[in-house]
Amino acid sequence: MTTPFYVAPEQVMKDRADYARKGIARGRSIVAMAYADGIFICAENPSSTLHKVSEIYDRIGFAGVGKYNEFDQLRIAGIRHADLKGFTYSREDVAARNLANNYAQMLGQSFTHEMKPMEVEILVAEITDTPGEEQMFHILYDGTVMDETKFVVLGGEAEVIRARMAESFAEGLSAEQALGVARAALAGDDRTIEDADLEIAMLDRTKGRRTFTRWEP
Amino acid sequence: MTLPYFELGQDPGPDFARFLRSNGTEPFPPAEGASTHEITHGTTCVAVRYQDGVIMAGDRRATAGNLISHRSIEKVFSADRHSAVAIAGAAGPAVEMVRLFQLQLEHYEKVEGSPLSLEGKANQLGQMLRSNLPAAMSGLAVVPIFAGFDLGRETGRLFEYDITGGRYEESDYAATGSGSLHAETVIKVGYRQAMTADEAISLLAESLFQAADADSATGGADRLRNIFPIFATISAEGFERVADEAIGEHFVEIADRFAANHREVGS
Repeated sequence: MTTPFYVAPEQVMKDRADYARKGIARGRSIVAMAYADGIFICAENPSSTLHKVSEIYDRIGFAGVGKYNEFDQLRIAGIRHADLKGFTYSREDVAARNLANNYAQMLGQSFTHEMKPMEVEILVAEITDTPGEEQMFHILYDGTVMDETKFVVLGGEAEVIRARMAESFAEGLSAEQALGVARAALAGDDRTIEDADLEIAMLDRTKGRRTFTRWEP
Repeated sequence: MTLPYFELGQDPGPDFARFLRSNGTEPFPPAEGASTHEITHGTTCVAVRYQDGVIMAGDRRATAGNLISHRSIEKVFSADRHSAVAIAGAAGPAVEMVRLFQLQLEHYEKVEGSPLSLEGKANQLGQMLRSNLPAAMSGLAVVPIFAGFDLGRETGRLFEYDITGGRYEESDYAATGSGSLHAETVIKVGYRQAMTADEAISLLAESLFQAADADSATGGADRLRNIFPIFATISAEGFERVADEAIGEHFVEIADRFAANHREVGS
């Protein structure tokens, strides 16, 4: 029997993380922020049919960057999880925190146990009736969860975009203002992004039970 | 509850009932033996096409045998933004079926990214009824009406069902439940093409009034408790409940007219 080559676990994890990061960096970024009526999510996405942002439940939205088939699978698993939970218990028992934990478990599991880690970064966002209670869970390819209340940037150029967002973000923006901030942060100084290349959706607490709304400016 | 993740080939797709089964929950458990208990039944529901779509209405009474078990149950539900379902029959399974149906439509829309066609929704409800057939045979029958605004054809459409899941599209009006015979006759006599919302509501109110007058299981308007049948319009703008006050006025007018024409036998 041949003994496999020894590779230090640190090296294995580093290689996997590099691999995942490289995959994620190939795609365009997403910005999400709290605004006057809830949470505003803006993705740079030239396709109008392959969505990066979508609805999970009444007050919960989802966004993913990286490999489309992988985050789309995660999206569908999230919808099933939420619908099953709401059907078994009650609609108000479906919460983003629980869903985010489940995503983190799954991504962590696949990062350490699978041949190939998932090349995705996802966002689970939730609003309540009260402004200021927005929750955004940012989950990385290795299962790391971060929770934010003001804004989140996902994708390859996150650092640069986050710096721009930190400068221009303000609380209580209107949808139009939030769009301006998101567009400028995603584009930077040396280019502009057309409306057609943006995918915009809101969790809007004024919209009744299903708060998820797409917007084409 | 862990995240439901499926191998290729095991994936239930956008079908929520199939997903429930894969999770070990059978949404329509087969019933064994005939029911000997008096269970709660919902009664009369009607629907009619009008100029902007469809109007649906249902009385509020539920009966168990010869007793009134509830005076204010709801039998008209929005299935999604542009469709509605009204139920008659065993109340427990019927309400559960509506809950599953509403969720199925929403689930499909979220997973697929676009809603089912109206025809697709109607067929989906038929399949649920077919799954409920064993229970229906032992006394837990559910007989719904499905109506919606077909955004593709830009018109209101109506579907009737039987307990086997048979789906029958009606061109102008539909009725279900114990008082449906009386209600449908009233609608048949009074029906005209392209009625306004107010005319259609008036006709449906008359139909429920007559059904309640002749069928003890149908509630009609309860003016002592201010409980009125539920009316909803389904048009291009979506599903909308009609305010109780407006419905109340129609029933007061019908009752007054009825009383004015009434005469004691022999007087």
